[in-house]
Amino acid sequence: MRDEATFRVKAGLAEMLKGGVIMDVVDAEQAKIAEDSGAVAVMALERVPSDIRRDGGVARMSDPAMIKGIQEAVTIPVMAKARIGHFAEAQVLEALEVDYIDESEVLTPADEANHIDKWAFKVPFVCGATHLGEALRRIGEGAAMIRSKGEAGTGDIVEAVRHLRSIRGEIRRLGTLDDMELATAAKELQSPLDLVRQVAADQKLPVVLFCAGGIATPADASLVMQLGAEGVFVGSGIFKSDNPALRAAAIVEATTHFRDADRVAKASEGLGSAMQSLETRKLEEQQLLANRGW
Amino acid sequence: MLRDLGAQVREVRVPADLEGLDGLVMPGGESTTMTLGIKREGLGDPLRAFVRSGKPVLGTCAGMIMLDREHLGVMDTLCRRNAFGRQIRSFEEDLTIPGIEGTVRAVFIRAPWLAEYGEAVEILASVDGHPVAARQDNMLVISFHPEIAGETRVHELFLTQLT
Repeated sequence: MRDEATFRVKAGLAEMLKGGVIMDVVDAEQAKIAEDSGAVAVMALERVPSDIRRDGGVARMSDPAMIKGIQEAVTIPVMAKARIGHFAEAQVLEALEVDYIDESEVLTPADEANHIDKWAFKVPFVCGATHLGEALRRIGEGAAMIRSKGEAGTGDIVEAVRHLRSIRGEIRRLGTLDDMELATAAKELQSPLDLVRQVAADQKLPVVLFCAGGIATPADASLVMQLGAEGVFVGSGIFKSDNPALRAAAIVEATTHFRDADRVAKASEGLGSAMQSLETRKLEEQQLLANRGW
Repeated sequence: MLRDLGAQVREVRVPADLEGLDGLVMPGGESTTMTLGIKREGLGDPLRAFVRSGKPVLGTCAGMIMLDREHLGVMDTLCRRNAFGRQIRSFEEDLTIPGIEGTVRAVFIRAPWLAEYGEAVEILASVDGHPVAARQDNMLVISFHPEIAGETRVHELFLTQLT
């Protein structure tokens, strides 16, 4: 019997991307550069996060014509972003047959209380999380891949490190709890108890965990991989730098050989300037994207 | 999965990692990315030499593509990439494979099929008339992912070929 869109078919694609780099692109030309540099997938969006920060205004799903152009330009998976809670944008992206939908805090949220019911879709979803409770709520809603949020568009890795350490640390803590304590932990994490029990036993999320938000250099990629990320998303870090093709290939190389400091050193040589960056601690509360999502 | 079946496992990232191996799994992934990685690391010739040494090789999904005429050129096959379509067309289905009792739950993720193959290639299973599992000499290729469904028997079949 044939079954489509089972959870393991959805989560399975993310398994195939493990150890790889997913790059933000805004047109077919950038998508081609990303593919030729070794990206495992591209994320199609209208503006990269650093431009969204600079220009302000409501950030929405991309123009379908642009997404189609990217789908025609590359053979690697094409992902695209929908606003948090905006299930109609997600329906459009499903109609376009994108390979993954990112319900993303980088875009302006459409619903201040509810996330999309991701079980209602055949296309899999990736969602951001700042801590374990948020990750498990998204998985409970049907997300088939999680990325730590970081603070997109800053080029500052500090938030990504915080979120990754938080998720991994909370997973380790669950492993020390007995059954009664796990029920309490589920309450504290505001997460489904069955998922909490599963994570405590497996000592990992039931889906692939990537890192996003603030990765700008090969060493950043190596850092988050060593902290337990299974792959990385790079947003503004590539196409807002001096030499996108060179930097993209270097980040791919550093992600593959993340434990080999000689290789990371070699990949880091002569890349030109990184993206223009912002120190997250100096941003105002309302400028933080990672706080979006509930 | 191979580790759970009692094998000692090592990831191959550079040519030196191939030394001393009794068998090789060319895993799933993105075939474009893998092609670039093989080129960057100078893995093409060492991988071809490994396959020609006669040691067992299992290619799954992108691994099946890597072995074909247009990539490493060691198997007399030509794969059609993403043959079933984009992710929304990905699926799972029961397959019958010679040498394995009952059915195998096969998960197809943006999977390829064999568009062409030579006389040395034995087809083991097909979906909608398209070959998705095959064997040639020491190479066993499947375009699906048994490991995602917790299915161990294809990997067990591979391990029994090891000496």
